[in-house]
Amino acid sequence: MKYACLIYDDGVPTTDEAEQRQIHADYMALYQDGLKSGSIVVGEGLDRTDTATTVRVRDGKRATTDGPYAETKEVLAGFFIVDVPTLDEALDFAAKIPSAKWGSVEVRPLWSPGE
Amino acid sequence: MEPGRINESDAERLDRLFRSESARAIATLARIFGDFQRAEDAVQEAYIEALESWPLQGTPRNPAGWILSVARNRAIDQVRREKTATKKYDLLARLEGAAITDPMMTNDDAIEDDRLAMIFACAHPALAPETRVALTLRYAAGLTTEEIAAAFLVPLATLAQRLVRAKRKIVQSGIPFSVPAPAKMPERLGDVLAVAYLVFNEGYRSSQGGALVRVDLCRDALHLTRTLCRLMPGEPELLGLHALMLFHHARRATRVNDRGEAAPLEEQDRERWDVVAIAQGRAALEEAARHRHPGPYQLQATIAAAHATAPSWDATDWPGIRRAYDALYALDPSPVVALNRAVALAFSGEYDSAMREIDALLAGPLAGYTPAMIAKADLLRRGGALAEARGWFERTMPLLGTAAERAIVERRIAECATS
Repeated sequence: MKYACLIYDDGVPTTDEAEQRQIHADYMALYQDGLKSGSIVVGEGLDRTDTATTVRVRDGKRATTDGPYAETKEVLAGFFIVDVPTLDEALDFAAKIPSAKWGSVEVRPLWSPGE
Repeated sequence: MEPGRINESDAERLDRLFRSESARAIATLARIFGDFQRAEDAVQEAYIEALESWPLQGTPRNPAGWILSVARNRAIDQVRREKTATKKYDLLARLEGAAITDPMMTNDDAIEDDRLAMIFACAHPALAPETRVALTLRYAAGLTTEEIAAAFLVPLATLAQRLVRAKRKIVQSGIPFSVPAPAKMPERLGDVLAVAYLVFNEGYRSSQGGALVRVDLCRDALHLTRTLCRLMPGEPELLGLHALMLFHHARRATRVNDRGEAAPLEEQDRERWDVVAIAQGRAALEEAARHRHPGPYQLQATIAAAHATAPSWDATDWPGIRRAYDALYALDPSPVVALNRAVALAFSGEYDSAMREIDALLAGPLAGYTPAMIAKADLLRRGGALAEARGWFERTMPLLGTAAERAIVERRIAECATS
């Protein structure tokens, strides 16, 4: 089954450069392992929310606003799509994402059309 | 007996047996269909067939195998009739390939594994706690939706809706129907045990409230842990929980006295305690102890055993109970454990330090917590500070949940006033 692991946090929790390098290395190791084992379909980090633009179409008219969809402390910071046998493996993967230690990871199956 | 007719009690027995043995068929078919509802529909058809054939031909030696075999055949018939199912042939192949055991054989490993897999799926941590309880009672213990709604005082529609959503989540989110890997087992077994204990405590609580509930949740919880003890031998905490529930259950007849009061342990007629349940509890606890891997359930069972096996209140092994609470507090340093430890301390003869501990808890994490207030009131009463004791008893009155609890506290208030 394919799952989205949506990473929510409010930034890297440290200003220490060595610690930041370690977090980056942890992310890269997870990504390389996942690609090698075939469990990761795709994984991306998102730029800061002050670079976001939100679009809505109402009555055929497009409205564009500066900023993210919702102004919250914890924001969508990145995501992985994984392909694993069951929810248990998806939750195991999510628990290995470094941000899970200070933010949260929402695990949702990808929607598939009914039979 | 007239063929094709069965009396009411036979029908009820068949009904209960059928439901408690249906878990495997539902688990197996749900996995194949990827859909709980179709699995349940097929099992329902097997039920209609059982109503006709079991009374005539006798209950199959392997009811779970019989149910799966018949339900699978009905499911195959159903799928064959469908014209539009895009995956019809794939589905048929998987149904026909499902491991079917001889219904005339006694229980086999495949059935036991599926039963266990169902229990772990129902208690999966991705489900909300109240949902785990409802699912476990429905699909592992075989209760009806009506019975579960009645037991938890939840409107039937609410509970039915909760089950529908939970089944959808299990299927759609890919919660596995499998026994967890050994590395995951301690944590996942802990989730299952928590569900069993929740069910037991709900039964324990409601039996004191005088709620007229047909189902006996305590028995259902015990049945669940007994099944687990058989399927997963040598799990010390499982044995510990089973023992703990047996010791509580052994006292069920004396928990409310003739005056409708929640009877204090001290006043309970020990002659009326269930010696068989106590013996079973001791056996389970001794087996757990052989593994030399203590845990919170085993320690709580040790405490319950000390009470259940004491010949009288005065002969209770308070120092032993206090040691068990010390060990429990080391594993689980929660305020509630600290409160119980303090009470054991008082009965071990250290009244003053116990009172200081309880006062600290009441001034901090347990402010307004009724059992802590009652514990303080009772220690004051025993120490002869009757006016102060009375004040504390009176403060708990508006907070008490059941009539039996209010009745005993009312008596205590009267005792403190007249002495």
